[in-house]
Amino acid sequence: MVNRPGHRPQLQFLSRLAKRWTMSTSASAIDVRSAVGEFYRTESRRVFATLVRLLGDFDLAEEAVHDAFAAALKQWPTEGVPENPRAWLVSAGRFKAIDGMRRRARFDASLGELAERIEARTSASGGADLDLVEDDRLRLIFTCCHPALAPEHQVALTLREVCGLTTEAIASAFLVTPATLAQRIVRAKAKIRDAGIPYQVPSREELPDRIETVLQVVYLVFNEGYSASSGDALTRPDLSREAIRLGRLLLELLPESEVIGLLALMLLHESRRAARTSATGEIVLLDDQDRSLWNREQIAEGESLVERAMASADVGPYVIQAAIAAVHASAENAKATDWAQIVSLYDLLTRVVPSPVVELNRAVAVAMRDGPTAGLSAIDAILDRGELVDYHLAHAARADLCRRLGRTADARNAYKQALSLARQEPERRFLEGRLAELA
Amino acid sequence: MRYMLLCYDNEQAWKQAGAAALEDGMKEAIALTHDLDAKGQYVAAAPLQPPNTAVSVRVRNGKQSVTDGPFAETREVLGGYYIVDVANLDEAIQIAERHPGARYGAVEIRPILELPGLPKK
Repeated sequence: MVNRPGHRPQLQFLSRLAKRWTMSTSASAIDVRSAVGEFYRTESRRVFATLVRLLGDFDLAEEAVHDAFAAALKQWPTEGVPENPRAWLVSAGRFKAIDGMRRRARFDASLGELAERIEARTSASGGADLDLVEDDRLRLIFTCCHPALAPEHQVALTLREVCGLTTEAIASAFLVTPATLAQRIVRAKAKIRDAGIPYQVPSREELPDRIETVLQVVYLVFNEGYSASSGDALTRPDLSREAIRLGRLLLELLPESEVIGLLALMLLHESRRAARTSATGEIVLLDDQDRSLWNREQIAEGESLVERAMASADVGPYVIQAAIAAVHASAENAKATDWAQIVSLYDLLTRVVPSPVVELNRAVAVAMRDGPTAGLSAIDAILDRGELVDYHLAHAARADLCRRLGRTADARNAYKQALSLARQEPERRFLEGRLAELA
Repeated sequence: MRYMLLCYDNEQAWKQAGAAALEDGMKEAIALTHDLDAKGQYVAAAPLQPPNTAVSVRVRNGKQSVTDGPFAETREVLGGYYIVDVANLDEAIQIAERHPGARYGAVEIRPILELPGLPKK
């Protein structure tokens, strides 16, 4: 079905680790306890993903994961770490869940039937089949990002179930109360159950559309971390890190060109993080950034991913945006940027995904290539159509071009307009600063 | 799982498409039901007469009222339904995508609440 490179080394690593522990009979209980803790960190989401398939229910699987690790804490120090710890954990979780259902069947007979069904459907070793297990992680991602779920539910569920973040951490990242976030997750799980959202990797025909939804969720998480939509801080780096981690996981499981493109795009944006804000937390625009602060390692990785993705037959919006970011990354300064190349990449992007925001970015690039007058007339053309009139960045870009043309009054008006629409504190301070300079 | 597919038609769009397109659409929908039947997924399906044939019945405090309508203000009106028996939501979505009305209007998918005690058919 899907190409899955990279899962064998992971398994080898695990069995090596297990062998080391089982062979060292002198290993203290404390060592084993910390090993269980380490396994929890690296493996609990995989074990969870497999248990969701075996048990057919998110909540049952979550409980089973905890029971399995509790059993490991109890048994491993005396019996040694099993040869295949992941399979052991899956099997223990499955057993505990079935056992728990049987005990509760005294009060609810339907649970007894359910336990029989699960036991009959899944053999004790069935959970350990390697191809199935690797697909479980993809199944989990596609289920959490199912288009039948609301976008904020997709994001909450993905961060909770795929990344294993706590409800509190996700709530604070999105500036909502833990109760609100918990409710989102409960509702999303209820919809998965009641609407019959399947736990499966979509069919070939459905795959492109469904990958798009998954990529949207990942990019939404990244952007919330890279350019928080509201609040005091400009960025929340932990969310961006999580999105990049998700991007890497997706690439490992599904090496499609847009998946490569999204990871490249995130890395190339992330590479500028240190240069995007001043020591006092103020915005520094791309043109004014100290490029020696850019993360060369992330740029190199992003660039090589862009090359790999551009070689594929059809080039999608994430690949093109990553290519644009790569052109910026390769320039020593704003002046030395290959603006003609950037404009032509925006032309391509406009053809693939026509959108006024893309046109706005193209207009800014045109201003760099042909001068502010050309850029300004491109922006005015968008605004004259009645589009982006409520988008603060359209007015901010317009203001900047007017300023460069010496049209101070027009610039002031446009900055004021932008200020009335901007919601993020650092952006507001930036616009106020520009406005003050023009006084 | 059983799902009901509620087909909301855009009457304006069908009118613009013309009588031949409407007839083709009907044929396509009938063919779809036979295909579902062959796969064991078909439970029931039917188009509905247009909304101007509708009657609403209410009983309040034991008193019944029968009124003309309702006439929805929206562009899309309930024009028919399917009941299908499939493995999961994705299979129901794939069927909805094949309904000709989905190209002009929308198909709403609702899982059926399996209420015990109803007569079996």
